[in-house]
Amino acid sequence: MSVRLILPALAIVALALVPPLAPFLQVLLTLAMAKGIAVMGVTLLLRAGQVSFGHALFFGIAAYGAAFLAASPLDDLLLLLLAGALGAGIAGVLVGLFVVRYRGIFFGMLNLAFSMIFWSILEKFYYVTGGADGLRLPRPSVAFIEMDRGPYEVLLYYASLLLAIALGWFVVRFLASPVGQLFQTVKTNETRLEYLGVSARRTLLKGYVLSAVLCGVGGVLMAAAQGIVTPSYAYWIRSGEMVFIAVLGGAGSVVGAFAGSIAYELVRSYAAAFAADAWQMVLGGFLLAIILFAPGGLVGIYAAFADRIGARRAKSASKKEAGT
Amino acid sequence: MSDALLEARGLEIRFGGVVAADDVNLRIEEGRNLAIIGPNGAGKTTFLNICTGWIKPTRGTVLFRGKDVTRLAPRDIVRRGVARAFQIPQLFTEHTAMENMLIAASARTGRQSPLLDMHDMPEREEMARLLEMVGCDRVADRPVVELSEGQRKLIDIAVALALKPALLLMDEPTSGVASSEKFEIMEILVKALGRADVTAVFVEHDMGIVENYADEVAVWNAGAVQMRGTPQEILKHPDVIRDVIGEEIA
Amino acid sequence: MTGATILLAIFDGVAYAALVFMVAVGLTLIFGVLRILNVAHGSLYAIGAYLTASIGGAIFAMGWSPVLAFPLMLVSAALVGVLLGAPMERLLLRRIYHRPEVLQLLVTFAVFMILEDVQRLVWGNQPYFESSALALLGNVQVFGVYYTVYQLILLPLVAIATLIGLRLFLRRTLTGKLITAVTEDREAAQSIGIDADRVYLLTFVLGAALAGLGGALASPTTSVLPGIGAEMIVLSFAVVATAGLGQIEGAALTALMIGLGRSFAVYLFPELQVLVPYLIMLAVLLIRPEGLFGSPAARKI
Repeated sequence: MSVRLILPALAIVALALVPPLAPFLQVLLTLAMAKGIAVMGVTLLLRAGQVSFGHALFFGIAAYGAAFLAASPLDDLLLLLLAGALGAGIAGVLVGLFVVRYRGIFFGMLNLAFSMIFWSILEKFYYVTGGADGLRLPRPSVAFIEMDRGPYEVLLYYASLLLAIALGWFVVRFLASPVGQLFQTVKTNETRLEYLGVSARRTLLKGYVLSAVLCGVGGVLMAAAQGIVTPSYAYWIRSGEMVFIAVLGGAGSVVGAFAGSIAYELVRSYAAAFAADAWQMVLGGFLLAIILFAPGGLVGIYAAFADRIGARRAKSASKKEAGT
Repeated sequence: MSDALLEARGLEIRFGGVVAADDVNLRIEEGRNLAIIGPNGAGKTTFLNICTGWIKPTRGTVLFRGKDVTRLAPRDIVRRGVARAFQIPQLFTEHTAMENMLIAASARTGRQSPLLDMHDMPEREEMARLLEMVGCDRVADRPVVELSEGQRKLIDIAVALALKPALLLMDEPTSGVASSEKFEIMEILVKALGRADVTAVFVEHDMGIVENYADEVAVWNAGAVQMRGTPQEILKHPDVIRDVIGEEIA
Repeated sequence: MTGATILLAIFDGVAYAALVFMVAVGLTLIFGVLRILNVAHGSLYAIGAYLTASIGGAIFAMGWSPVLAFPLMLVSAALVGVLLGAPMERLLLRRIYHRPEVLQLLVTFAVFMILEDVQRLVWGNQPYFESSALALLGNVQVFGVYYTVYQLILLPLVAIATLIGLRLFLRRTLTGKLITAVTEDREAAQSIGIDADRVYLLTFVLGAALAGLGGALASPTTSVLPGIGAEMIVLSFAVVATAGLGQIEGAALTALMIGLGRSFAVYLFPELQVLVPYLIMLAVLLIRPEGLFGSPAARKI
């Protein structure tokens, strides 16, 4: 087995054992995986050379959609997930049709503008959205079976883990597929892409909708775990956090999205208390440091480390061969 | 007389005060490779840009297989069978040579399955043959940024060929290639084009290449087609020797 | 709407447009020269406002003359330009001019995150309100409508002076011509010996100071509280994008359009007030992706 795969494999096993062995981490890691799924959406766009400062929009749309549905008789976790993903996907098509006409600065900022519009709608139309207080999302049934809080949280944890693995696997496959490869060429040469007979906008739109759906799934999971949705779900700080985690984990890396969000949540829950007023500042400083000094992020650091061990093993193996 | 594959009628465009195309009329016939020669700034690249929809002429039409394509986007013209190779190679810089080819094949086939690995595409062998044809099979798995300018130009042509076009427009195909290899490469290219039933139009400064590999030559000057004929006629014409070839030697 | 409310809406819109223009013009100036969109630009506006409101509050409480409010605004703007703008360009942006655009965006976004918390650490979460400047100039009656001299006359005058001053500076002075040369063709300018480093620094400090001045001028008219920087960057980007990136005169007209659109919405559809600038931007960009006054960039192949 390749050295690089050892840690991710161990991590999955460890994550699967958390509820029985380390229940105190369960809620925290549920949130980390929900965010990780959403961060994958930002990661995906980074692969096409684009950064969105407004993807919390889809996170928020799905979460609010789930909260509305939860207030109806259809309050089942599976339906909430489906509806959230669908809602985020539709919003992704509508917003995407507009933003895929732009790249770079405009792409990033227009996404930010859309999310700020949605955020101010959430704040202003309080008679529908609950304003700054948000909406409660009462514990839904799961496959129409009512559950108590304890088992529900365990189940939500495993659902998040499963979705993280399944969606992560899907995104990796997508990126390696012909459509996914065409999508990534938006980063390097749109002239050639056009002269291959492919519309850069349409190919970018496909990835954009996928990224919106991923943010949507993350948003519903987070809402289901917290039991409440607020405008902060769609605020720029949430978008910035997603971008931060994507870069922290390793810009463009799917595994990095999860490594980044788990590292982020752990540090946040234990260290944020010491820097409660300066949390954004700490993040900003870290972001600068990563961009300037470790552009590969956590995944890059690990890969360099694993390659060094791999190279050392190969060296000692060849020495042994030479010795015999 | 054979059918026109591509036909330009009365193309006109100017940039600022400069006339880049001034009543350009040109028929490109199927199976007849056409060389475009002329001094720098005569509007040769502009002509390729108009034919492929990259820029729109202020007046005139471009017909491909008798259909008006003047107002179409490059991608729509490409899908009808016009491919293009560039003076500065246009490749995907974060990918290997083979991946560039496979991406072109992905574009051609329009495969949508998100679960198929691009490297497992059935077109892989065909792409390997194309790379071999342009002599780049040994660097197939190297990132294109690591390759020489000459290799990149050849891969750029191979990428265009991967689309299985009917017409291939090439802007100075051998300009980055060492002069000792130019003829060898053109030999391979022209043969391959013939075998694949691709008609080629190439902008060229090397008159040796023009003489040997073009069926016809069009001379460009000040945004217009000044003259047209077989290489033998054109290259001996005193005006051409004075205006075009003289400059090439200088 | 009655005549009086129409008049009020126009006055509101003009005053608001003047403020937004001050911030947007700095953003677009910096982009024109450095080709970087400074996401932290809104924070510079907020800090300019905080400085003016807090220092003003302190010195007026000590009995100093409220007339000092006006020089204080200039001082705040200069402080923002020199103490924040200069180090940001020198220490940070200079490292990334040749890096991909995404990365440049991420860097200025990181600075934005940092500065948003710096405000919170220095000034806390409570709002600041210091309106001596507003009170000092009193009110004026126009067609039976009372309005503050500060907002109706001073703010538009400052904005127009900035617009004209910037125009004269860029076209008539040597430094201005150097900036214009670098804007038009960076490589060519450098090849004839223009010190691009200095031009960049100067432009960034100037742009940052304009954001600071925008904030300083806004402070007497509104409570200064956390979050105004985030709102302002999105709003000034909307102005700049609607006008076309790098278009200074265009930014002025667009600011006016967006300011008026917003103030009429306040009276007609109050819920939409925040949305109007963005709706205008989206409508314009749908029809002209390069903005009202921008020209589409041709790609060379």
